[in-house]
Amino acid sequence: MKQAAFLALLSHWRHRPLQLVTLILGITLATALWSGVQAINAEARASYARAASILEQNGLPQLLPRDGGSIPTAVFAKLRRAGWSVSPVIEGDYRFGPVRIRLIGVDPLTLPNEGPAFPISGSSEFVDFVHGGGQLVVSPATAVRLKDVAAMPLKVSGDIPDDAAFTDIGVADRLLNRRGALSRIVMAPEQRPDLPALETVAPELTRQSAGDRPDVARLTDSFHLNLTAFGFLAFVVGLFIVYSATGLAFEQRRATFRTLRSLGVSLRSLTAMLIIEITSFAFVSGLMGVVIGYFVASALLPGVAATLRGLYGASVPGALSLRPEWWLAGMAMAVAGTALSSVQSLWQVRRMPILTAAQPRAWARASATALQLQSLAGAILLGLAISMAWAGSGLASGFAVLGGLLLGSALLLPAFLSKSLQLAEGRSRKALTVWFWADTRLQLPGLSLALMALLLALAANIGVGTMVSSFRLTFLGWLDQRLAAELYVTARDEDEAARLRDWLPQHSNAVLPIWSIEGNILGDQLQIFGVADDSTYRDHWPLIGGTAGVWDRVAEGQGALVNEQLWRGKGVQPGQTITLPGEWPVAVVGVYSDYGNPRGQVIVGLDALVRHYPNVPKLRYGIRVDPAAAADLKRQIVQEFGLPGSNVVEQDSLKRQSRAVFEQTFAVTGALNVLTLAVAGFAMFASLLTLSGIRLPQLAPVWAMGLRRRDLALLEIARTLALWLATFVAAIPVGLALAWVLLAIVNVEAFGWKLPMTIFPADWLRLGAVALVAAVLSVLLPVRRLATVNPADLLRVFANER
Amino acid sequence: MTSMLLSLSKITKSYQTAEGPIQILKGIDLQLARTESVALTGESGSGKSTLLHLAGGLDRPDAGTIVVNGRDIGALDDSGRARYRRNEVGLVFQQFNLIPSLDVAANISFHAKLAGRFDPDWEHELMQQLGLSRLLARYPEQLSGGQQQRVAIGRTLAARPSLVLADEPTGNLDEATGDAVLDLMLSLSRSAGSALLLVTHSMRLADKLDRRVVLRGGRIVA
Repeated sequence: MKQAAFLALLSHWRHRPLQLVTLILGITLATALWSGVQAINAEARASYARAASILEQNGLPQLLPRDGGSIPTAVFAKLRRAGWSVSPVIEGDYRFGPVRIRLIGVDPLTLPNEGPAFPISGSSEFVDFVHGGGQLVVSPATAVRLKDVAAMPLKVSGDIPDDAAFTDIGVADRLLNRRGALSRIVMAPEQRPDLPALETVAPELTRQSAGDRPDVARLTDSFHLNLTAFGFLAFVVGLFIVYSATGLAFEQRRATFRTLRSLGVSLRSLTAMLIIEITSFAFVSGLMGVVIGYFVASALLPGVAATLRGLYGASVPGALSLRPEWWLAGMAMAVAGTALSSVQSLWQVRRMPILTAAQPRAWARASATALQLQSLAGAILLGLAISMAWAGSGLASGFAVLGGLLLGSALLLPAFLSKSLQLAEGRSRKALTVWFWADTRLQLPGLSLALMALLLALAANIGVGTMVSSFRLTFLGWLDQRLAAELYVTARDEDEAARLRDWLPQHSNAVLPIWSIEGNILGDQLQIFGVADDSTYRDHWPLIGGTAGVWDRVAEGQGALVNEQLWRGKGVQPGQTITLPGEWPVAVVGVYSDYGNPRGQVIVGLDALVRHYPNVPKLRYGIRVDPAAAADLKRQIVQEFGLPGSNVVEQDSLKRQSRAVFEQTFAVTGALNVLTLAVAGFAMFASLLTLSGIRLPQLAPVWAMGLRRRDLALLEIARTLALWLATFVAAIPVGLALAWVLLAIVNVEAFGWKLPMTIFPADWLRLGAVALVAAVLSVLLPVRRLATVNPADLLRVFANER
Repeated sequence: MTSMLLSLSKITKSYQTAEGPIQILKGIDLQLARTESVALTGESGSGKSTLLHLAGGLDRPDAGTIVVNGRDIGALDDSGRARYRRNEVGLVFQQFNLIPSLDVAANISFHAKLAGRFDPDWEHELMQQLGLSRLLARYPEQLSGGQQQRVAIGRTLAARPSLVLADEPTGNLDEATGDAVLDLMLSLSRSAGSALLLVTHSMRLADKLDRRVVLRGGRIVA
């Protein structure tokens, strides 16, 4: 009997295959986008952990200089003599021509065995590694990039992250010009018990425990939170489709439920059958969703990798691994999401009296009270969002504001549309127009979920689009200021750099050294740049604020500039004194904008930089020359010094590269925007299709009174477009508010910089056109059905008999 | 013949079913004079509603002609039949078929406005006669069955159609309410100058009309 009853329940889907497709696609899309985003996040995080484990040996405790500078070799020697099992590391950024990599010099003799397996095995490999000429151990991708520019043997290892190279500590010392100054010291976790205390042997060092989260993982948290938010948005929109489809399927089967129960199927059995049915659908669709999610993630990952590299300098491989936990999580989300979307319908089945009459439209007819409650909840959420925007702080608070704003607006949308339609109805005089608006209002409960999804997708598009476009405008303006020199030259070594310094002044208007070192400032590893006293900086450098005579004080070595990230992140104010590595106290005299850089940065006078850090690499130079003569000078430099063309870059080329990096950075955001809009378009299609099945009784009387099916079909299109237009209009202020939250709260917390907001109405029109096409596509099939409906079907509405 | 409002001649109609075609009407001939009221009676399945739908331009006959006001409506295309329904016919159904999104006042004036014959005085009089004056702001779902049928009659007669076609308009009402509704409909149809073709099972109600036609097995037998 149970089998027969179950088959009777399932027979519903055989008669309504399109409804089944809608349900399956709803779950599949929701799962696909969610699990796709999670796959990207998991891959990136695994990559950070792997990189940290290899590059920073963060599985081992470490010793770092208290003053943020470097560690003299003598301190290391003292520790070894005292019996401590420690190993030295020298690291820093190094340029092989145009390729910049992280160079890590280690001592394989003393490296603790407990750390990550070092990719050197066997005596011959060991000899090659420590050989005086040097050897670089790099990833396959880095090997390709270094092939023609590094005059050193390369060994390829799959364990090494991209853009990094391991080498012998002696080689690193020579290349980075450290003269024995160590960056850090790695400790074996097991040490002899009778050792003298570290504080006694090396009081200038501080100990960092093993297992700290890698810096890059902390830095990229906000980015991954952003991705998760997008994935979740798409998931919620997908669940709207599932909710709508299951609600209708349950309502349409009320008569079947009644019959089955009358025939002796218990409520418990009926509920169990429905749960089995919906779980099976969730399982199958979830599986499809996870597979599609894998392909979505594979397609998006190269873009995400480029974004992470552009924004944070984080290296993530462009290929995706299959992780069992991700499969399981995707399936769990599919089943949990479907259960959540179906729980209300299941509850109604449990409470339904056996003899209750079928109400085919009850599922879609939200009562006035429900609408009021929904609006109240929306208003409260908006109120909370505004309060948090005003009083809250931190990234979590920023995302809470975003959530409150989006959800609150979506909940308020049906009430807004209802009022607008009421207003339009009140102002109409013609009978058909009055009916049009009144009938549209009647459809609203059935369409409201899809319209809410559309609002979310449109607002996200407008908000993120405004943020990206504002960023682009500001960034390009900033780039023009920042890249003022006409040529940028990178010497291959210090000797060549010295010759360039002699040669360049006779052939240019000004030579601007771009010299920097890294050091610990206020607890973080930051860059310190030196700038020459030149009008280029005074005229062009984008200052946000500063004290009087900023550039004079910098040139005199009495002041430092900090970037916006350091100013906001660490609260460093002009007038305050900060301590640079090597116990160098310097007064902050100004703040400059530094978009695209995830870290803090300090600028000091060039002479002061060299005085305090005589070993600073002196390889890079900006050259001021008449723009018309730049190409000729580049040719001369290449000829004179035999430099590869890639070591002499013109301003235009550099700007072009920067713009390309910028566009790539937001390519993923654009792709996710499109996907979310596509899911919302499908939600609209599913709702319209659902409604079209129950529209005939509402439309047949109007047809009987003299309207053609074609007229009714055109009115249905007009109705969809009217609702789309109203939703689009509502989405504009929500999107702009979203953009403001992103620019003024989330970006400041996540990246450390604040951007002016610019409005781009042409972008809205473009988005509106895309959404319009989606709306028209979504209504085409239901309207075609109506336009070609058999008159016999319309007659059936009136017929008592034949 | 030309004085007849409605003239059906040799009408046949069949429907396709899973078991094959079923012939519902087998050569119907029927005339209706202006302002005449005719009751169409017969057993379930005898083709009463089908005949009404054909006369109302909701469906097309397989063969035969339907002439209304001297024009063959069977020859009209989709737009022509829509115009015919809008301008010349009023339909009243057992299920009322009101427009759920419009209130009583808007429902009553809807057809008249579509037909371009909205007359506020006539509508006012209809509402008074139908006892709907206090219900104008209500929506169909807030009305009883009898009230809904009165609204449906009001909607039809407000447009002053030359032909009113009613398919068991009292079928969902109790006897007393049904009698009252039919009396109103007859009286108002006369006031509007409309002819009435009414489908009913009830001989008692049929006797209230000018003439009775009995349908059996797709043919007129009396």
